Amino acid sequence: MDGFPILSLMMAVPMAGAIACLFVGANNARWIALIATLIDFVLGMALWANFDQSGSGAQWQFQEYAPIFGKFAWALGIDGIALMLIALTVFLMPICIGASWRAIEKRVGEYMAAFLFMEVLMIGVFAAQDLYLFYIMFEAGLIPMYLIIGIWGGADRIYASYKFFLYTLLGSVLMLIAMMWMVHEAGTTEIPALMAYNFDPAVQTLLFLAFFASFAVKMPMWPVHTWLPDAHVQAPTAGSVILAGVLLKMGGYGFIRFSLPMFPEASAQLAPLVWGLSMVAVVYTSLVALVQSDMKKLIAYSSVAHMAIVTVGLFAFNQAGIEGAMMVMLGHGLVAGALFLCVGVIYDRLHTREIARYGGLSINMPRYALLFLFFTMASVGLPGTSNFVGEFLALMGIYQASTWVALVCTTGIILGAAYMLYLYRRICYGEQVNADAAAMPDLSARELWLLAPIAAVVLWMGIYPESFLAPMRPDIVALEARLAPAAPAGDAQIKLGAPKPAGEAHHGDASAPSHSASGEAH
Amino acid sequence: MIDSTSLLAVMPELVLTVGGLVLLMIAAFGGDGTARLVNSLSVVTLIGAGFALLCSLAHGPDAFDGLYRADAFSVYAKALIYGAAASAILLAARFFSTDGMLRPEYPILIVFAAVGMGMMVSAGDMLTLYVGLEMNSLASYVLASFMRQDGRSSEAGLKYFVLGSLASGILLYGISLLYGFTGSTTFDGIAVALGGGVSKGALFGLVFVLAGLAFKISAVPFHMWTPDVYEGAPTPVTTFFASAPKVAAIALTVRVAIEALGPAGLDWQQIVIFVALASIIFGAVAAIGQSNIKRLMAYSSINNVGFALIGLACGTPAGVAATMSYMTIYVIMTIGAFACILQMRDADGKPVETIASLAGLSQSRKGLAAAFAIFMFSMAGIPPLFGFWAKFLVFDAAVAAGLTALAAVGIAASVIGAFYYLKIIKTIYFDEPTAAYEAKGGAVENIILTACATVIVLGYLLNPMLDQASAAAAASLF
Repeated sequence: MDGFPILSLMMAVPMAGAIACLFVGANNARWIALIATLIDFVLGMALWANFDQSGSGAQWQFQEYAPIFGKFAWALGIDGIALMLIALTVFLMPICIGASWRAIEKRVGEYMAAFLFMEVLMIGVFAAQDLYLFYIMFEAGLIPMYLIIGIWGGADRIYASYKFFLYTLLGSVLMLIAMMWMVHEAGTTEIPALMAYNFDPAVQTLLFLAFFASFAVKMPMWPVHTWLPDAHVQAPTAGSVILAGVLLKMGGYGFIRFSLPMFPEASAQLAPLVWGLSMVAVVYTSLVALVQSDMKKLIAYSSVAHMAIVTVGLFAFNQAGIEGAMMVMLGHGLVAGALFLCVGVIYDRLHTREIARYGGLSINMPRYALLFLFFTMASVGLPGTSNFVGEFLALMGIYQASTWVALVCTTGIILGAAYMLYLYRRICYGEQVNADAAAMPDLSARELWLLAPIAAVVLWMGIYPESFLAPMRPDIVALEARLAPAAPAGDAQIKLGAPKPAGEAHHGDASAPSHSASGEAH
Repeated sequence: MIDSTSLLAVMPELVLTVGGLVLLMIAAFGGDGTARLVNSLSVVTLIGAGFALLCSLAHGPDAFDGLYRADAFSVYAKALIYGAAASAILLAARFFSTDGMLRPEYPILIVFAAVGMGMMVSAGDMLTLYVGLEMNSLASYVLASFMRQDGRSSEAGLKYFVLGSLASGILLYGISLLYGFTGSTTFDGIAVALGGGVSKGALFGLVFVLAGLAFKISAVPFHMWTPDVYEGAPTPVTTFFASAPKVAAIALTVRVAIEALGPAGLDWQQIVIFVALASIIFGAVAAIGQSNIKRLMAYSSINNVGFALIGLACGTPAGVAATMSYMTIYVIMTIGAFACILQMRDADGKPVETIASLAGLSQSRKGLAAAFAIFMFSMAGIPPLFGFWAKFLVFDAAVAAGLTALAAVGIAASVIGAFYYLKIIKTIYFDEPTAAYEAKGGAVENIILTACATVIVLGYLLNPMLDQASAAAAASLF
C-alpha cells in the first residue's frame, strides 16, 4: 500500500457519510452510517494487516504530507500506538451505530452525521503528525459531542453539555499557547521532530503543565473529572460508549505522544503530582462509585478510577508501565463501552437508570445476565480478560518506580471488584421485586450482535495480548529510551534474576522482568 | 501641489465619489421608485472601486506628498471594506421593502461612507485621517437613524452623533497636542520627531488620539455607545456598522500606531494591551446576559476588537498581518451571522430580534440553523471553523513577540466568550420549538449566507493566500 493515502481515505469515508446523512430520511441515514463505519472498520483492519510491526522498519508508517494550510500541513502517519487506538475507534463505531438503531428516533440524520463526523475527528487525532492539525482535530471533537449530549441526551442534558464543552475547552486553550511557543522555539510543527527536540528543562515545566491541564481534563483525572459523570449520565447510550471508549483515550494518547517524549525532564519532576492525583482518584472515585444509585454514574466513576491506573502506568517511566497503560486504555475502551451498552439495553426497556428499579434479571434475561457478568468480571480485572493484562502490567511498572503508589493503586482493584459485583448483584440477582423489570424480554438478536464481538475481543486480549502489544512494542521501547535519562530512580530496588534452567526454577514466572511485582499486584 | 499621477492613486475614491454623486442625481430626480436601480448601481460602483484598487497598486505607496498612501495595506483594507459595504447594501433590500422604507438614500450613504473609510485607511497625515473619519461618521449618523418613524432608530442616531462628536473632539485635541509637540501633522514627520524622544505633551497627545480611535473601534472603555446603536439601528445598518467601518477604524488605528507613533511603541503598547484585554473580558461577560440578538452582536464585536488588538499590541509585522487576517475572517463571520439574523422573521414577515425566538429553529429551518451554528461556533473560536484560525494568528503573533502571558490571558478569556455563543446554539438546537419563522428566506440573503458559511468551513484552504496578502499588507507599514 505504498503511497496510497489510506488514512485520508479513512477520514473521507465517514465525512462523506456524514454529509449524506444530513440530506436523507431516518432509515437511509441509519444504513449510510452503518455502511460507512463498516467500510472504515475494513479499512482499519487492512491498515493493521499492512502495518509493519517488526520494529525494524520505520517508526512512522502510512505517512502523508501536503502543506496546503500555510502555517501547518495536512500531515498524517501512525505508529503502533496510534494504530491500536484507531483500530479501537473503527471497531466501536459500527457498534455505536447499531446501539442507536432503535434508541434514537428523532432527528436521526443529524445524529448519524454527528457520530460520523466524530469518527473523522477521532481518527484525525490519532493520525495527525502536525501539532496544529492535532489541536484542531482534538478541539473540534467538542462540537459533535456537545450536540450529541445536548440534543439526544437525558433530562439534565443542557447543563451536562455546557459543562462538558466549557470544561474541556478551558483545559485545552493553554495547551495551544504552549504549542505555539514550542513551534517558535523548535521551528517545526511536525510531531516526530518535536518528540526528538530537547526543550530547556526550565521551560519544560510550564509547557508540561499547559499540556497537563488539557489532558488531565480529557482523561479525566481527579479533581477535574466532575464533567464526566454528568456527561455520561446525560448522553445517549452510544454517546457514552464513544465517550468512554475513545474520547477519554485522547487524554492518555496525549500524555504518551506529547507530555512524556517532549518534556521528559518535566515529566519526571512532576511525576509525584501525577501519582498523587492518581492515587486519590483510584481510592476516592472507587468509593464514590460504591454509593451510586445511578448505573451510568457508577460506571462513569469506575472509568475515572481505571484512567488513574493508566496515568500511573504512563508515569512509571518503564516499558511494563507504558505497555500496561496502553492495554488498560484499549481494554477499558472495550469493557466500559460494553458496560454502557449493557446499561443501554435495560434502559431502552424500562427508561430508568435507577439501580433499585431492577433486580433478579438473571431469571428473565439469562443471556443478558451472562454477558453483563462477563463484562463486570472484565472490568474487575479477572485474569483471562483484557483488563487484567493491562492492570497487571501497569501496576508492575509503577512498582519499579514507587512501591507506595503501587500499593495504594492496587487497592483500586479490590474496590473495583466491590462496586462492580455489588452493582451486578443488585441488578441481576436477588428477588424480582419490580414487576415491570421482571417482564423485560431477553436480548434481541441485534443487541446480542453488538455485545458478542466486544466479548470476543476482550477474551482475545486477555488470552493472547501479544497480538495487541506487538505493534506497540517498538514505539514503547523507543519512548522508554527517550525517557531513560530523566526517569526517577525507583524505590523498589529490584534485582533482576538470572534465568535458570526449568528444572531448578521453583515457579514458572522466572522470565518475568520483576519477580517481586507479581505478588504485589494481584 | 498636485501632480496628475496622484489622481491615479486615489482612483478608488474618485470612482466612488463620482458614482455616488451620479446616483444621488438619479435618486433626486427619479424619486423613491429608483431605489432598486440605485441599489444595484451602488454595488456596481463599489465593485468598480475594487477594480480601481489596481490603479492604486500600480501607482505605488505615496501620493499628494505623503498626505495619502496607496500601499498594499490600504489596498487590502479597502478590498475588505468595499466587499463588506456591498454586502450590507445587498442584504438591505428585503428588510427595507417590507417596511416600505426602501429608499435610494441608503446605498448612496453607504457609498459615501466608503469614500470616507477609504481615506481613513489611506491617510498619511492626521488631517486626511480626520476628514476621512468625519466623512464616514456623518454618513453613519444618518444611517443609524434611517428608520425615521422608529423611535429606537432615531435614538440610536442621536446617541451615535453626540458620543461620536465627543470622540472626534478628543481625537482632534490629541492631534493638536501631537502637532504642537512634534511640529508636524504628517505621520512621517511625527515619527521622526518622536524618534528623538517622547515629550510629556506628545505623550498626552498620543493618549488622546488613541482614546478617540478606541471610540471608533468601540473598544472598552469607550464602547458604551455600541450596544445601543447596534440595537436601535435598522438591522442592515447594524450589519454595516459591525463590518466595514470596523475594518476601517482598526486599519486606521494600526497605521497611526505603527507609522506615526511607532517610535513611541513602548508607550502605546501597554495602552493597547489594556484595551485589548478589557474589551475581550468585558465584551464576553456583558454579552452573557443579553436577550436581544443585535445587542449580543454588539458585545460580540467589542469582544472581537479586543482579539484583533492583540495583534497590534505585538507591534511586529506578523502581529499586524494577524490583525488584518483577523478582521478579514471577522467580517466574513459577521456578515454571515447578520444574514442569518435578517432572516429572523415571524410568520407575517416582521423582523424579530429576541434570542428566545430562535428556539427550535433547527427543526423548522435546518439550513438556517446549521449556518447560524457554524457562525456561532466560529466566533467562539472552535476549530475546525475558520474563526479559530483568526484567533490562532493573533495569539501566535503574540507568542512570537514574547507576549506569552498576554496570549494566555486572552485565550483563557475566550472561553468566557464561548459561553454566550453556545447559548445561542443551545437555543437553536436543544430547546423545544416556539412560534415558527417564515418558511423561506430571501434569495440574496441565502446566497450571501451560503458563501460565508462555505468560507468559514473550508477557509483553511485559503490560508496560503491569506498569509501572503496580509503579510504584504503588513510589510508596507514597516
